[in-house]
Amino acid sequence: MSAEDGHTPSERASDERTPDERSRVEYLLRLGDSDLVLGQRLIAWIGHAPVLEEELAIGNVALDLIGQARLWLSYAGEREGAGRDEDALAYFRQAHEFRNVLLAERPNDDFAVTMTRQFFYDVWHLELLRALSGSNDARSAGIAAKGAREVSYHVERSREWVVRLGDGTAESNRRMRRAVELLWPYTGELFAPDAVDEAGVRAGWGCDPAALRAPWLTAVEDALTEATIDVPPADGWMQSGGKSGRHSEDLSYLLAEMQSVRRSVPGATW
Amino acid sequence: MTVAHEHAAPVAAASDVAAVWEWLADVPDPEIPVLSVVDLGIVREVSWRGEGAERALHVALSPTYSGCPATTVIRRDIESALRAHGVANPKLEVRLAPPWSTDWISPAGREKLRAYGIAPPSAPRAVVCPRCAAAEVELVSRFGSTPCKALYRCNACREPFDHFKCH
Repeated sequence: MSAEDGHTPSERASDERTPDERSRVEYLLRLGDSDLVLGQRLIAWIGHAPVLEEELAIGNVALDLIGQARLWLSYAGEREGAGRDEDALAYFRQAHEFRNVLLAERPNDDFAVTMTRQFFYDVWHLELLRALSGSNDARSAGIAAKGAREVSYHVERSREWVVRLGDGTAESNRRMRRAVELLWPYTGELFAPDAVDEAGVRAGWGCDPAALRAPWLTAVEDALTEATIDVPPADGWMQSGGKSGRHSEDLSYLLAEMQSVRRSVPGATW
Repeated sequence: MTVAHEHAAPVAAASDVAAVWEWLADVPDPEIPVLSVVDLGIVREVSWRGEGAERALHVALSPTYSGCPATTVIRRDIESALRAHGVANPKLEVRLAPPWSTDWISPAGREKLRAYGIAPPSAPRAVVCPRCAAAEVELVSRFGSTPCKALYRCNACREPFDHFKCH
């Protein structure tokens, strides 16, 4: 049976989906996995945050991200049509099957690294969701418009921390400089389009990541300047691979922790 | 395929819907129990659909926040309330678009929030202390005990309080 025989995707076996349909699922996994992995990273601060208010804030941001991840992953599972729900996708895939951006999996390190990672992610995330709320896929547009409201709160907070720590004491400034230097090479991937992104732009269900770069850079330069931190060269060497499943070792440890309970008692309900 | 149409149905259906709204007005939000799910504005539509044996009550809900853990509890509470009123098989549907907004909290709901000690949603500069109504307040944290609240302190009566974030 060829792909041009006039059957709708649901009438074919899942491995006979059209290239466009495969790209769509891939794209949804990227959205869901990035939110899920960063949410899981943040959860590790619970019980360790410097003050109670920050612990609550980190917990709330993580909750928003995991909530958004659930919406994206449920949708990815439905479109894939192979019977996988959000839990199957979150708990029963290996690291190489995750499609999150590398920035999301960077370790928490110290508070400066956590907040810098958050700020870089939040600015990008907000631009991305705003763009996607114009998607011609009504369900994606709905998830994105809802998420954008939540993320606008995230970015206000992470920006405040970047400025406060950068323009703070000599020690907090030193740590912020280190954080920006460590994380900068992971920002390039956010804006580098590949075949999946191009399919989304062509068909109208996705958006062009390259178009998010100028507003991102403006917002980041503005905050870093206020924080008295030098902005690294935008054309420097950048890491890539997360969107196609090539991850750092750090992701495996995160997944081992996140998936262990579910895998030890598969199918359990409570 | 054509089916004989029952002309008596629409009148009964309309009054049934009004009754359902009343039942739902008794279902509290699990995290802010002073508000009902109707006050909170998350019930977007109530309708009877289908005919005869296929007839079912549909309720559309819009969650406040994507990750709000109360959403699951709210769903369950609404289902059991409807069953308690004799609705055999309610169909609950989550509706994300248009996204829920604090503008959908009813005027009665806002007053209930204030009386409960939570400043109702308003722009950051317009937040007043729910206890003493002073405008001299300061933001302690943008995120409070639940996703929908921020933490404030009143500089007049010195009491901390929650503000329902404008969303």
